[in-house]
Amino acid sequence: MAETTLAVRVLLFGVYRELAGQGEIAIELPSGSSLAHLVSELRTLPGLDRLPERPAVARNLRYAGLGEVLETGDEVALIPPVAGG
Amino acid sequence: MREPTIVAEITAEPLDGGRLSARLRSMEDGAVVLFEGRVRNSAEGRPVVRLRYEAYAEMAQRVLSEIASEAGSRYEVGAVGAAHRTGSLELGEASVIVVAAAPHRGAAYEASRYVIEAIKQRLPMWKEEHYADGSTAWLGEQPTGGEAL
Repeated sequence: MAETTLAVRVLLFGVYRELAGQGEIAIELPSGSSLAHLVSELRTLPGLDRLPERPAVARNLRYAGLGEVLETGDEVALIPPVAGG
Repeated sequence: MREPTIVAEITAEPLDGGRLSARLRSMEDGAVVLFEGRVRNSAEGRPVVRLRYEAYAEMAQRVLSEIASEAGSRYEVGAVGAAHRTGSLELGEASVIVVAAAPHRGAAYEASRYVIEAIKQRLPMWKEEHYADGSTAWLGEQPTGGEAL
């Protein structure tokens, strides 16, 4: 039987964590959903309506394009503008 | 060409450039550049009293290792080391250190510059400035490698 949904873990940092009021969100999406779909879904959550439409994201510890399709178990991070150094 | 030694660390402990430099000592490298980034007391005219750095630690470790390795393969260096601090830092404390060791100074300077610029462009690290008036602000630039806003 084909899986009809996928489950991912979303990590939030810095200003995005403060918008969400939490650093981690577990979310289920229809199978075949992309990172862009995930961002759209996140933007419906309280506080995250202020998230940019196209934030930088990482998937499994690497920067990823929003067109990448998600798999169950992925760790996705929303990456606010960086300020190392 | 010999394989360069690469060190990359994300740590909440105080940074020690002298110790990292000593650790990367080699009889083949006659030039060593140590860059140290320290917490400054002002930002665009506003008095700053401290900074707080937050990292996506697991990814930051990977990205910092990649950056140091890239510098090691682009330039004729014997060793590249980079360390970035996390947590709350007081004025004058080091937030980042980069050590580049090479047979000759040109490569050491270039590798050092490459590492610090790449850190600023793509290390998943965030800085919260705390100002003298008690307010705070998150700073940052859109990372290269991610989508544009």
